Amino acid sequence: MKRIGDRVFISLTLAATLMILLMLGIIIGNIAWHGSSKLSWEFITAAPERGMTAGGIFPAIYGTVFLVLLMSLAAVPFGVLVAIYFAEYARSESRLYRWTRMAVNNLAGVPSIVFGLFGLGFFIQTVGRAIDKTIYPGRLLYGQPSILWASMTMAVLTLPVVIITVEETLRSVPQEYRAASLALGATRFQTVFRVVLPQAWSGVMTGAILAISRGAGEVAPVLFTGAAYFLPRLPAHPADQFMHLGYHIWVLTTQSTNVEETKPLLYSTVFVLLILTFLLNITAILIRSRMRRWATQ
Amino acid sequence: MGDAVKIDVSHANFFYGSTQALHDVSVGIRPRSVTALIGPSGCGKSTFLRSLNRMNDLIPGARLEGRIELDGQDVYADSMDVILLRRRVGMIFQRSNPFPMSIYNNVAYGPRVNGLTKKRIELDEIVETTLRAAALWNEVSDRLHRSAMSLSGGQQQRLCIARALAVEPEVLLMDEPASALDPISTAKIEELIYDLKKTYTIVIVTHNMQQAARVSDETGFFLTGRMVEFSETKRLFTAPQNRETEDYITGRFG
Repeated sequence: MKRIGDRVFISLTLAATLMILLMLGIIIGNIAWHGSSKLSWEFITAAPERGMTAGGIFPAIYGTVFLVLLMSLAAVPFGVLVAIYFAEYARSESRLYRWTRMAVNNLAGVPSIVFGLFGLGFFIQTVGRAIDKTIYPGRLLYGQPSILWASMTMAVLTLPVVIITVEETLRSVPQEYRAASLALGATRFQTVFRVVLPQAWSGVMTGAILAISRGAGEVAPVLFTGAAYFLPRLPAHPADQFMHLGYHIWVLTTQSTNVEETKPLLYSTVFVLLILTFLLNITAILIRSRMRRWATQ
Repeated sequence: MGDAVKIDVSHANFFYGSTQALHDVSVGIRPRSVTALIGPSGCGKSTFLRSLNRMNDLIPGARLEGRIELDGQDVYADSMDVILLRRRVGMIFQRSNPFPMSIYNNVAYGPRVNGLTKKRIELDEIVETTLRAAALWNEVSDRLHRSAMSLSGGQQQRLCIARALAVEPEVLLMDEPASALDPISTAKIEELIYDLKKTYTIVIVTHNMQQAARVSDETGFFLTGRMVEFSETKRLFTAPQNRETEDYITGRFG
């Protein structure tokens, strides 16, 4: 009796596990199958044509990569600084630490659409307008949706991930190294930057990878902060709007004038988004393993 | 030997929060000598050692009452620059802890962070001199740019000594430097300590009484946070004045 119960339970856990695999297989398989038919060099290098029923998606790929890079430039250094404060300087019983800690944890749970609204209200209407008023009076440059503000909004969204990953890696660096460095007459700043941080590069890169994966996939934060339905030219200035793969998928799905013609394009776009996220991840992982080898030399 | 005192500790009481780890410790440590600190685990000898270069500062709630002087300067005065203090009073830890960098960079770390020199030629010279002083040069001179992690445990500990010497300290604090090493490596470290005392003032914490007897000029015996006895090593081991010291060195407890 006992053994039968055991077996049933094992089968149940196994079935649930296989189910996950199956679902992932169906999703990726379906997209790869339908998406590869329209996928061509032209598709990834050309702009959309004839009301999105033909042509390619290059502006959206370009915009997404641009967005992710700008976002990383903001989120990673900022997140690393916060993580250093948490792991190296803050005393765990201090009120400042407890409150900021709670803020970071809660920030991780805020729905992404709220970040989008925050970006619109804070970055565009407050910061952007203030910049325009003081530096470019009478012009509307930064006080409107742009790739800069979309990136900043996305950076705020991915910040908790970066902070938490980097902090954990910093904490995993053995205390003995800090002691050795301080005993040699190094300052705490020197200890952090010359001994602790070099050993935490893999964590910094992991944080960046997680941020990139999240940033490339999220649509809600860029909806009101800079993503455009269609643009005739590529963004060249931080104050330009941009096209975004995720947003483009939404556009193709809901705004099409000809569903039958759009469908294969939609599949291919989704496929490209998956590949792009995958490539961005691989790149970051390669850099990480490089750094790991370099750091131990 | 004269009356000169390098480190003068008077009535030191040390607290971790509300727990008192040292009770009224007073001792004078002579320059260019080896002072051994012995005693059972938790007796306060490591706490004492770490209070000499203020490594205990890093522990929240740690504080010292009483006075510790280095060459007559109050170590715990507000005007004391802890960074400079630690440069003058180096430390070797129980577990060898070379940085995960090359052998060269390990030794050059101290001079670099202290801004002693940036010139490659001068650094090269410091690295060679200190590695020689730590009796490691012959074993590593052909692979200075390999990772320090590729060295054996004993070599790593000697590298840590070289690293500490590179900032030209006056005092070396050693916290059970050989406790994790095999007998041959231990013998090398002891030989090294013997050589180093010509230049440096050395304070060594050890669990190993034979080691204390072999390497030190003077020995202090700690028990439950008190320095029970302090005298010339030979005398402490052959004719202890205190009953508890005698019990400990004859192996009746500990």
